[in-house]
Amino acid sequence: MAEPLTPAETRRRVDASLRRRYRTEKLFRLYGLVSVLLGVGFLVILFTTIIGNGYGAFRQSFVRLEIQFDPAVIDPEGSRNPEVLASADYAQLVKTSLRQLFPEAEDRASRRDLNALVSSGGAYVLQKMVLADPALLGQTRDLWLPADDEVDLFVKGSVPTGPEGVQEQRLSDQQITWIGRLEAAGRLEQRFNTTFFTGGDSREPELAGIWGATKGSFFMLLVTLFLAFPLGVAAAIYLEEFAPRSWLVDVIEVNINNLAAVPSIVFGLLGLAVFINFFGLPRSAPLVGGLVLTLMTLPVVIIASRAAIKSVPPSVREAALGVGASQMQMVFHHVLPLALPGMLTGAIIGMARALGESAPLLMIGMVAFIVEVPSGALSPATALPVQIYLWADSPERAFVERTSAAIMVLLAFLLVMNAAAVWLRNRFERRW
Amino acid sequence: MRLTTLLLILTAMTLAAFFLGRRRAVAIGGVGPARRLHSLPKYYGYFASLWCLLPGLVVLLAWAAFSDTIITSRVVDSLPDALRNQPEAQLSLTLNDIRNLAAGQMVDESRRAEFAVAAQLYSELRAASQGILSGLIIAVSFIGFAVAWSRLRPQFRARNHVELAIKVALIAASMVAILTTLGILLSVTFEAIRFFQQVPLSDFLFGLTWSPQTAIRADQVGSSGAFGAVPLFAGTLLISGIALAVAVPIGLMIAIYLSEYARPALRRVVKPVLEVLAGIPTVVYGYFAALTVAPVIREVGAALGLDVASESALGAGLVMGVMIIPFVSSLSDDVINAVPRAMREGSYGLGATKSETIKRVILPAALPGIVGGVLLAASRAIGETMIVVMAAGLSANLTANPLESVTTVTVQIVTLLVGDQEFDSPKTLAAFALGLVLFVVTLILNIIALQVVRRYREQYD
Repeated sequence: MAEPLTPAETRRRVDASLRRRYRTEKLFRLYGLVSVLLGVGFLVILFTTIIGNGYGAFRQSFVRLEIQFDPAVIDPEGSRNPEVLASADYAQLVKTSLRQLFPEAEDRASRRDLNALVSSGGAYVLQKMVLADPALLGQTRDLWLPADDEVDLFVKGSVPTGPEGVQEQRLSDQQITWIGRLEAAGRLEQRFNTTFFTGGDSREPELAGIWGATKGSFFMLLVTLFLAFPLGVAAAIYLEEFAPRSWLVDVIEVNINNLAAVPSIVFGLLGLAVFINFFGLPRSAPLVGGLVLTLMTLPVVIIASRAAIKSVPPSVREAALGVGASQMQMVFHHVLPLALPGMLTGAIIGMARALGESAPLLMIGMVAFIVEVPSGALSPATALPVQIYLWADSPERAFVERTSAAIMVLLAFLLVMNAAAVWLRNRFERRW
Repeated sequence: MRLTTLLLILTAMTLAAFFLGRRRAVAIGGVGPARRLHSLPKYYGYFASLWCLLPGLVVLLAWAAFSDTIITSRVVDSLPDALRNQPEAQLSLTLNDIRNLAAGQMVDESRRAEFAVAAQLYSELRAASQGILSGLIIAVSFIGFAVAWSRLRPQFRARNHVELAIKVALIAASMVAILTTLGILLSVTFEAIRFFQQVPLSDFLFGLTWSPQTAIRADQVGSSGAFGAVPLFAGTLLISGIALAVAVPIGLMIAIYLSEYARPALRRVVKPVLEVLAGIPTVVYGYFAALTVAPVIREVGAALGLDVASESALGAGLVMGVMIIPFVSSLSDDVINAVPRAMREGSYGLGATKSETIKRVILPAALPGIVGGVLLAASRAIGETMIVVMAAGLSANLTANPLESVTTVTVQIVTLLVGDQEFDSPKTLAAFALGLVLFVVTLILNIIALQVVRRYREQYD
């Protein structure tokens, strides 16, 4: 049998174990703090990377050129026929103007280098101007034309470094001296990049914009809102206020909870098999995208709407029934108006999730390269997140900047929608 | 008549029916306290307009579903024998040409004469169909209205009829969720069965090589694609495993710290910040993984003398883990807060420190809920698409090395289905078989998780 411990020995042992236990305690707490910092840190890294990569895309380099609208090039026969004007060689005007600035470029190679300084989109700008106002022919104008994407990257100083730590410069030395001379002459400037907000997709980064994708997303969300909100609210009303306790209702409930957790790409498969192959709806149409997103957001809307209906106190229902309202009148005249803010909040959060969704849209052909801005829910379109995916895959380096900028725009939309939901909740939420 | 005009006419008729019905009710029942009506006058109006609108809509939908088939079969019957007896695919191409010609679009010049008669017939039939439809809808709506009108009496229970109609509509809306699940199950299973008719189930589930290229010519070398999905399952498990290894410890510790240690002020700041992390679209994470994380991992690997693939499983897994952190932390937060205060206080009363209480009392009590949360997170990781499409590879390597490139089920579904394919090659159908596997696996995980979470909740309620 062990000797009973002396009080001093007990004290010593307890002290020793306490020190150990406090150390573990501190360590554990530190782990927790580190985890929180990691979580917040990831968010900070994500945002700084994207903003750091993307803010440059809101400005774009332009070159000021004196363009002579030479009738001999545009309309040699003087017919002023819009078809002739539309198909004229406007790139030639840009080339001529560049050669006047830098007459030393004589051989083919250096001329090609010279012409590569200005974006091929410059010709479209001139074409549009002439079509709008044929009286320009024969005049000379000082115009700012978009510079090529490589020039733009060079001017912004954001040429990426390659694996060996050397800048992967794709401009020749000659081109760089020309750029220096243009800058010195005040002919090269950074201006606000309106094309990015008003243009459709393009293979040329300096001509690509997000307006087409934004409009596609808008049409899709419109379809989703008009279908998912009424359907979701109606389903929630039935399940909360009318449904008898039966196996069918249990099945519906389990089903809704499960649908909310089904991977989004499976909804894309459904859309492809049912809407496109079975019903024969057109591929790449915002209508189909909206239908798929409706099915995806429906569970979210139903769950939020049910919570909103549940939060209306039974006394309201009993009072309505007590003064002789029918059950339907009680629901539509009293419960629904009180629950509506909560339902709207849920719908907005569902919409925000639908706006960020891209995987199911890949399945139904919304990844096509579409230059035109869509005009309706049936014209081919892409969506903002899919546009981000497409640009992220593009080989041109200038698309890195534009991808990040498009992400910033998408995140701004999401922020606005979520802020609206929070505002709605705080403004109309009632505690009973 | 155009469809929009028709719909406008139908709407106008419905509105007219409402006002007529209401006026009729007032006329037969009187107004004010002496009213002899069963329901409010507006319900008689609603009743009349429902009888006007619904029959018209039913006719419209039926017509939309069947008219094209009927017209097409009439056109096919009118074709000369040589064209009519073509194989199925050829025939549908011919019909397409005829439709285009009827719509006034360009068709191959040489065949224009051949199709002219058929196209003429097609446009005539379509015009006739439109005319019949318009007449039919207007007639049916009118008859419906007349029937409703004849039933309007003071004792008629108009409100009950209208409320029944609304209730049917509510039930129909709640059926959409069931129809969606059925639609997913049927469409995916149907295509998957067609796939398994060409590729045996055992080859798909247990085969070790995945190369879904099918040949254009039958005699081409390597014409038979290999559809062994084991490398895909392994790749999916590897990436999801990495993601969970990142997300579960960090998410759990965040939940513990926020609910047990953090001051309320910190909690108020950090919770919404983490919700922002959960609200970021997956395509943004994918971009971040491909553009920022993957190069960093490759450079670190190179500095350590390791050979890292540019699309390593590690990069995709890490970023996916970050995506799931808020998911794990908010679910764990809920279950940790659900542990009764009395258990904590009992533990403190016995002299346990906070961390000892958490490790020996709270976590064991909350374990079922946490396991449920982790299962839900796993199902989310397995089904996640954009991150792996953008940051994981395409080659189906069977490896457990996180530094190599692997591919996943979702990546293969996307690569097999993006772009134009014919719809009966095993290559496209394979995507649906993979989709079926994905759906079934995530469904099982979800059902188990929801069951575990629910049972746990009952325990402490």
